[in-house]
Amino acid sequence: MKLESNIPSGPIEQKWDKHRAEVKLVNPANKRKYRILVVGSGLAGASAAATLAELGYNVDCFTFHDSPRRAHSIAAQGGINAAKNYQNDGDSIFRLFYDTVKGGDFRAREANVYRLAQVSVNIIDQCVAQGVPFAREYGGYLTNRSFGGAQVSRTFYAKGQTGQQLLLGAYSALSRQIGAGTVTMHTRKEMMELVLVDGHARGIVTRDLVSGNVESWAGDAVILATGGYSNVFYLSTNAMACNVTSIWRAHKKGAGLANPCFTQIHPTSIPQHGEYQSKLTLMSESLRNDGRVWVPLKPNDNRAPHDIPESERDYYLERKYPSFGNLSPRDIASRAAKEVCDEGRGVGPGGRGVYLDFSAAINRLGEKTIAERYGNLFEMYERITGENPYNVPMRIYPAPHYTMGGLWVDYNLMSTIPGLHVLGEANFSDHGANRLGASALMQGLADGYFVIPYTIGHYLAGVKPGSITNEHPEFKKAVEDVKGRISTFLSINGKRTTSSFHRELGMLMWNNCGMARSESSLKEALQRIPEIREEFWNNVNVVGSATELNTALEHAGRVADFLEFAELMCIDALERDESCGGHFRTEHQTEDGEARRNDEDFCHSSVWEYSGDTSKPTLHKEQLTFENVKLATRSYK
Amino acid sequence: MKLSLKVWRQKNKEAEGQFKDYALSDISPDMSFLEMLDVLNEQLLAKGEEPVAFDHDCREGICGSCSMMINGKPHGPESMTTTCQLHMRKFKDGDNVIIEPWRASPFPVIRDLVVDRSAFDRIIQAGGFISVNTGNAQDGNTLPIPKPDADSAMDAAACIGCGACVAACKNASAMLFTAAKVSHLGYLPQGQPERQRRVLKMVEQMDGEGFGNCTNTYDCEAACPKGISVKNIARLNRDFLKASIFG
Ligand SMILES: Cc1cc2nc3c(=O)[nH]c(=O)nc-3n(C[C@H](O)[C@H](O)[C@H](O)COP(=O)(O)OP(=O)(O)OC[C@H]3O[C@@H](n4cnc5c(N)ncnc54)[C@H](O)[C@@H]3O)c2cc1C
Ligand code: SF4
Ligand code: FES
Repeated sequence: MKLESNIPSGPIEQKWDKHRAEVKLVNPANKRKYRILVVGSGLAGASAAATLAELGYNVDCFTFHDSPRRAHSIAAQGGINAAKNYQNDGDSIFRLFYDTVKGGDFRAREANVYRLAQVSVNIIDQCVAQGVPFAREYGGYLTNRSFGGAQVSRTFYAKGQTGQQLLLGAYSALSRQIGAGTVTMHTRKEMMELVLVDGHARGIVTRDLVSGNVESWAGDAVILATGGYSNVFYLSTNAMACNVTSIWRAHKKGAGLANPCFTQIHPTSIPQHGEYQSKLTLMSESLRNDGRVWVPLKPNDNRAPHDIPESERDYYLERKYPSFGNLSPRDIASRAAKEVCDEGRGVGPGGRGVYLDFSAAINRLGEKTIAERYGNLFEMYERITGENPYNVPMRIYPAPHYTMGGLWVDYNLMSTIPGLHVLGEANFSDHGANRLGASALMQGLADGYFVIPYTIGHYLAGVKPGSITNEHPEFKKAVEDVKGRISTFLSINGKRTTSSFHRELGMLMWNNCGMARSESSLKEALQRIPEIREEFWNNVNVVGSATELNTALEHAGRVADFLEFAELMCIDALERDESCGGHFRTEHQTEDGEARRNDEDFCHSSVWEYSGDTSKPTLHKEQLTFENVKLATRSYK
Repeated sequence: MKLSLKVWRQKNKEAEGQFKDYALSDISPDMSFLEMLDVLNEQLLAKGEEPVAFDHDCREGICGSCSMMINGKPHGPESMTTTCQLHMRKFKDGDNVIIEPWRASPFPVIRDLVVDRSAFDRIIQAGGFISVNTGNAQDGNTLPIPKPDADSAMDAAACIGCGACVAACKNASAMLFTAAKVSHLGYLPQGQPERQRRVLKMVEQMDGEGFGNCTNTYDCEAACPKGISVKNIARLNRDFLKASIFG
C-alpha cells in the first residue's frame, strides 16, 4: 500500500487554487458518458450527487433509508462554521484553519484543513441561495453563535435544527436532479460489498431491504459518503442505523483505514437511565454558550441543586480553563466531567452526571430569550427526563458522538483504492484527533459541493467510460459472496439476538476503549472481542428469511462488521502510545490530568492495511508536517 | 407497568394483515414508546418469532421515520410529539394499546407498521426546490431577509416529512406537507422566481399520487408533531389561484 497524499506544492494559501488549475478535466460533452455511484445521501452524499449531476455526470445514489431526507445528518442541532467574519470579531480563513488544526491536537493534514476553511465561506452562500432559513438579526442579516474551541463567533445556525435545514437544502438540490433524470435514486438499498476490477473500484453490491434482492451495480468511480461508526459503542448519539459496513467492506478490499481509535465523546448528552436504553440523546453544544457546568464541591452531596449554595459548587470548567471556560473543546470538557464523577461528585442516578445550569442566563436575559435560542432542546429534554430545565438544571454526561477516524484519503479525497472516493464523516481527513463543534456539517458539505466535483475529474480523465459492466465475473463473485454471508446468518439458529451481541460489544468498547484507555484495558478488549465474535458466529439467532423485509437480518450484517472493526480500533489505540485529542491513554497525562502528546514518535496518521487476518493488520504511516501552525501543547487555560 | 398490545401484522404489500395480541410486563415509565417495542421484539425473537417491523432511526423526533397510529392517533396521545419521543409515563399500568400503520392509499403498507412514503419525495422532486446550481451563489448577506420572514420560513421548513398529516386526514390529503414546503420557499426572496411554477408542479404531482382533497377539517394540524400551521394551506391556495390565473 502506497500513501501518496498528493498535496500540491507552494504556499498553503495557494495550494487549492493551484491544484484546481492543474487537475485534469473531463470535457462537458464527455461527462455524460461517465457513471458515478454515490453511496449515502447525507450531507456529504446528497451534496456530491446533486453537484456531480449538475456538472453532467450520470449519478446513481444509494441509501438504506426510505428517503434521502432521513440520513443521520438530519439530527445535527447546533450549527455550521464558516470563516465569514460577518461579526467583525477577527475571524479569518487562517484563524478557522488554525483553530481546527489546534482543536484536532495536531493530528490532521494542514493542506486539507486550509482548503476546508477556504471553501467554508462558499457553503453558507450556496445554502442561503437554496433557501436554508439560517437565523437572522432584525436588520435581515445572518447571525452567529459561538461554539467550543473558538474565541470568535462563526457558527451559523437554523434554530436547533441546523443539520435538518442543511440536509433539506442538499436534498432539494438532489431532488431537482432526480426529477430531471440525471440522478437515479435507490432507496432502501444497503451496500453490502465493494467490487474491484483490476484493482480499481468499479461497483457495489446491494441488498434491497424490502424484497431482499441482491444486486450489483457498475460505474466508473465509487463514492462512499456513509457516515461514522460511533455505534460501535452501541449507545451513542448517532441514529440507530449508523454503521461501519461500507467502510469496513472497502477496507477488506484494500482501502487503508486511518486512525480508527480517534473517536469523539461529546460532553453534553442526556445521561443513561436504564438497561433497555436504545440510544443517547445529545443536548447541543450551543447550550454551553449560556449554560454553566458545575458539580457539588463535596463528594456524595445528595442535596437538590437549589439547596447547594454558590460557595459549595464547583464550576470546574471555568475554574480549570478560565479563558475558554464552559466553551472548552469537547475532549477536554468530556474528560473533566468523567474526572469529577470519578471523584464521587457526579449527580443523578449512579452519580454519572453533571449540571448544566441556565439560571444565571435566565436571570440576565429572561426566559423568553433563552426559549428563543434553545426552546426545542429544552422541550426535548423535558420530554425525555420529565424535568423542566427552566427550573432545574439539566443533567448531562459525555456520550460517543463522532468518529474522526475513517478511510484514508489523499488531497483529492481518493482512498488507497483507485476510483474509490470517500466523503464526510466516513473519511479520516480534517479533524485530526478531535473535531471542533459545527465542523462536521462544514466538512461534509465542503467535500460534496466544492471538493469532489473538481477532484473526481482528475481520476475519471484517465478512465475509459463504461468499459466495465456488472456482467464482469468480479461482480458475479461479489454477489455470491454476499448471498453466502446472508444464508450463513440465517442458518446459525443460535440462542442470542443480534442486539445482545451489539450491547455486549458496546459495553466492552465504552469501558475499555472509550473516554480513557490504557494498555491493560485495550489488551483485555483485544482478548474479548474475538471471543464475542466467535460466539456470534456460533450462537446468533436471525429469524425470518432473506427474501423479505427482515430487520434482524439487516442488524446481523452490521453487528458482524462492528465485531471485526472493533478489534482494529483497539489495535490502533494500543499502538498509539500517546494521548492526543479524544484519544486519552491514561499512561500519558500531565500532572493536572491533561493529554500528553508525543510528537517525536506519533506525529503521523496510522493507516491500517487489511492482511487477510483481522487480528494482524499492517501499519503504514503518513507523516504529518506542520509548516503553518507551530506544533505546540494545546492550552485552553 | 403492564400493557396489552394489539399490533398490526402484515407480511408484505400483497398479504392481508391482521391484529395480534401481545402482553408485556415490567415496562418502565422512563422508556420511550419505541424502546417498549424493542422489548416486545426481543421477546418475540427469543421465541423464534419475527419481530414487528417499524421504521425508526434518529429517535430524536427529527428524521420523520417513526410512523404509527397509536390508539387511533398518529404518533399517539401527546401533542407535538413523534412516536420516538413519546414516553411510557404517558400511559397507565394495564392500558390497552392499539398500534397500526398509517392508513392511506398513497402510503401502501410494506410490512407490519412500515409504509411506503416515496410519494412525498416525488412531490418534492416535482418542484420543491430552488433551481440554483452549486457555485452560482452570491455572498450570503447580499439579500437581507426581514427576520419575521426568515422565522416564518423556518417554521414551515420544520416539517419532518413523517406523513402524520395524511394519516390523520379522512381524505388522505397531503396539503399540509405540500403547503409547508411551498410556504418555506415562498417566504424567501430566493424562492420568488419559481414561486408560481413551483406551486403548480407540486400540486399536480400531489394530485397524481392519489392524495385526497383538503376539506378544511384541520385534523392534520392537530396531528402534526412539528406544529405546522394550517395557515400554510391558505397561503398555498392563494399562490395556486394566482399561478393558475396568471401562470
Ligand atoms: C445528534 C448529533 C448532532 C450533531 N450536531 C452537529 C452540529 O451541530 N454541527 C456539526 O457540524 N456536526 C454535528 N454532528 C455531526 C454531523 O451531523 C455528522 O458528522 C454529519 O452529518 C455526517 O454526515 P455524512 O453525510 O458524512 O453522513 P450521514 O448523514 O450519516 O449519512 C450517511 C448516509 O449513508 C447511507 N449509508 C450508510 N451506510 C450505507 C450502506 N451500507 N448502504 C447504503 N447506504 C448507506 C445512509 O443511508 C445515509 O444516507 C452531529 C451529530 C449528531 C449525532
Ligand atoms: S406537515 Fe407535519 S405531519 Fe405532515 S409530514 Fe410535515 S411534520 Fe409530518
Ligand atoms: S425516529 Fe426519527 S423522528 Fe422518530
